[in-house]
Amino acid sequence: MRPLTEEETKTVFEKLANYIGKNLVHLIDRPEDPHVFRLHKDKVYYVSENTMRLSISISRPNLVSLGTCFGKFSKTGKFRLHITCLDHLVQYARYKVWIKPNGELPFLYGNHVVKAHLGRITDDTPEHAGVVVLSMAGVGLGFGVTARSTADTRKLDPTSIIVFHQADVGEYLRDEDTLF
Amino acid sequence: MGRKSKNKQAPPPAFKEPNVGGGRKKKGREEDPRPATTPSSSSKGKRKASEVEEEEVSVERVGSKSSSNVKGSKKEAESGRNKVRKVVEEEEAVEEEKDGFSGIEDEEEGDLSDFDDEEEDGFEGLEEEDEEEEEDVLKAMGLPEKGGAKLSERQKKKALAEAERLEELLKSQGLSMDSDGGDEDQEEEDGFDGDEMIDDEEEEEDDDDDDDEDDEQEEDGLEGDFFLPTLEEREKEKVQGADLQVVQMRIQEVVNVLGNFKSLARDGRSRSEYVEQLLQDICTYYGYNMYLAEKLFNLFSPAEAIEFFEANETPRPVTIRANTLRTRRRDLAQALINRGVNLEPIGKWSKVGLQVFESGVPIGATPEYLAGHYMLQAASSFLPCVALAPQPNERVLDMASAPGGKSTYLSALMQNTGTVFANDSNKARLKSLTANVHRLGCKNVVICNYDGRQFPKVIGGFDRVLLDSPCSGTGVISKDPSVKTNKSERDFQLLTHLQKQLLLCAIDSVNPRSKTGGYVVYSTCSVMVEEDEAVVEYALRKRPNVRIVPTGIDFGRDGFKQFRERKFDSKMHLARRVFPHAHNLDGFFVVKLKVDPVGKNKRKEEEEEEEKEDVAEEVEVASDEEEEEEEEKEEEKEEKSIFNEEEDDILIQRSIKRSKMKKGGGGGDGRDVRGLR
Repeated sequence: MRPLTEEETKTVFEKLANYIGKNLVHLIDRPEDPHVFRLHKDKVYYVSENTMRLSISISRPNLVSLGTCFGKFSKTGKFRLHITCLDHLVQYARYKVWIKPNGELPFLYGNHVVKAHLGRITDDTPEHAGVVVLSMAGVGLGFGVTARSTADTRKLDPTSIIVFHQADVGEYLRDEDTLF
Repeated sequence: MGRKSKNKQAPPPAFKEPNVGGGRKKKGREEDPRPATTPSSSSKGKRKASEVEEEEVSVERVGSKSSSNVKGSKKEAESGRNKVRKVVEEEEAVEEEKDGFSGIEDEEEGDLSDFDDEEEDGFEGLEEEDEEEEEDVLKAMGLPEKGGAKLSERQKKKALAEAERLEELLKSQGLSMDSDGGDEDQEEEDGFDGDEMIDDEEEEEDDDDDDDEDDEQEEDGLEGDFFLPTLEEREKEKVQGADLQVVQMRIQEVVNVLGNFKSLARDGRSRSEYVEQLLQDICTYYGYNMYLAEKLFNLFSPAEAIEFFEANETPRPVTIRANTLRTRRRDLAQALINRGVNLEPIGKWSKVGLQVFESGVPIGATPEYLAGHYMLQAASSFLPCVALAPQPNERVLDMASAPGGKSTYLSALMQNTGTVFANDSNKARLKSLTANVHRLGCKNVVICNYDGRQFPKVIGGFDRVLLDSPCSGTGVISKDPSVKTNKSERDFQLLTHLQKQLLLCAIDSVNPRSKTGGYVVYSTCSVMVEEDEAVVEYALRKRPNVRIVPTGIDFGRDGFKQFRERKFDSKMHLARRVFPHAHNLDGFFVVKLKVDPVGKNKRKEEEEEEEKEDVAEEVEVASDEEEEEEEEKEEEKEEKSIFNEEEDDILIQRSIKRSKMKKGGGGGDGRDVRGLR
């Protein structure tokens, strides 16, 4: 477990900014309960400072996880967000997509969101922006990248893809072995 | 009896197959030596009395056999036809036995002498015995040839002996009504010496073999009368595979008899024989091994034990726990009902539990589940968390946490503040633990992979520690029936050892001076006293600064203050036991321990703090009063010491200087001052 280097921090924040934009500062600036990013075995964890201090006692091979896992660095140095950070993304997301109940399961099985399943979408969502996918009840289901801007979606036929799938909560079951 | 039960291995686990495989047959044969030994040993006992009788032995054997026949079946209304049939059956049984012998005779003799050497040390002249045995066997082998002639002979003898035995029986019954040891009474009546009693008992068992075939047939006609099957019949059952219905009937009957032994026990056999038969049947019917069946049986009264075994065959209701970090129970229930799930709150004691009756969708894969709104969790595993009652901003350790049901509950109870250390020693189970922790949105959890016994070393000073210890799982047999057969005495020794170590480590990991906590909760999903009360008792003895406090769970049964020959702590009743048959939860044990600071002064401070904060949990009023008295004394002293203030000041200054030299002006100053005063 160690703090992120300058470069790593940049990579992580760039990625996060795709989804939460300027709200990133809310993750970092929490005066009442300071939180930190820590790197442990290629994974990036976001955890309160007190908890982090306590977990210093645990040796590296024995530490499995602390706080919330945000994602991991690939061997090539790219950063990939994991579904585990969904909570924080939902809280601060700039652009959101709501999908109809009949579209929930297809999305949870790892499919892209098609127009037929689209319930609502944040206005003025640009093309290729990171979005959080929610059910109509407002429950976070995953996140992805828009295929078209909000304006363009209106003209599309029902089977065309609106949001490219990146991660969904179904991964807790599907990818339990590889994810953690 | 116990010796015999040791020899007899538990029946094979696949109790549902009525037909018997080759391996099983062999087993039955290996156990055959008993019937062979008993006649020889019994005849030997008689020879002790007079050597001349030796030749008559076989005759006598037949006689006694038939006479005991009558003894067992007290009902005179016995049709002749019936009897003939019986005798034929008997003959068949004997033949079967012989077949077994002829094949492996030599081997068996070897086994036998070994056996005798080891177990029946009271006997002398083993060689002679063997000779005689051979004779017996030979005679037995000769039997079927003259089978037809002998039939009538035996019949006659039977009839004659019938009257005799009846008289005896009546006599003995009158006596045996008064005491459980009916057998012994009867034998003494018959004029046998005390020395021979053991032999005779065995003989009688052997003899009784025959009666019970009668009984079985009669059983239907007779109401309220029940007779134990005999050794021979049991052997037969083993070889042929028992009829489960008969076994079930018998279980019920025996339980009935044991419930009211004095009036219902008919054939003058001792209670222990009934119990042994019952255990045997439990093994056959429910598929337990003998060791476990006996252990579990001893926990309850016979009738309740059967209820317990029966409850282990049916699954517990599926329960889920609403994750208060993400949703409310009402909202969750509504969402699930909309998906076609039929559910209801679990009961008054839990505000987060829901019981699922039936569901059209897989309850472990709904969008709500994946979004972490609830956790599939047995209701019994709420209990230790409820008992631990962690407060926000505490430091809590869950020593054996996978798959995370309890850890996430703890985290939810603390509203994602403070820190929960979720430890598990099994790396393979950590993945599901991590997945669950993240899915349920627990952000204050640190997951680590240590052996729990390393714990005070790794990190200590916890406000509360939850130890849901690895255990035999005798409370969750309905979930994992393999427990029935794969747990032996050795497993229990290892487990209890581990549990004791873990509990001590848990106690040591607690910060006894914690303002809000200082508690350990020990729980197991086992109902065995060895894993529950005994472990706690051990810890209490090893750590005198620990005491049992109420768990805060208002249902369940009290922990055992004493169990058989063992006595436990006087407050052990504050522990909670939950049973599948009584509460429809998994079998569970929870106890809450308070760790007090060790030293006397420290303890006083702690006591003061506690008094200020919350006296409710203090049960010992007396000890509190004592403390108060002591405090008063202390105050008086302080008042007196005011007169020396000037001197004290000098001393205080000096000590502060000293402590600054040592620690570089640490926070210990205040305490030093106090100590000096």
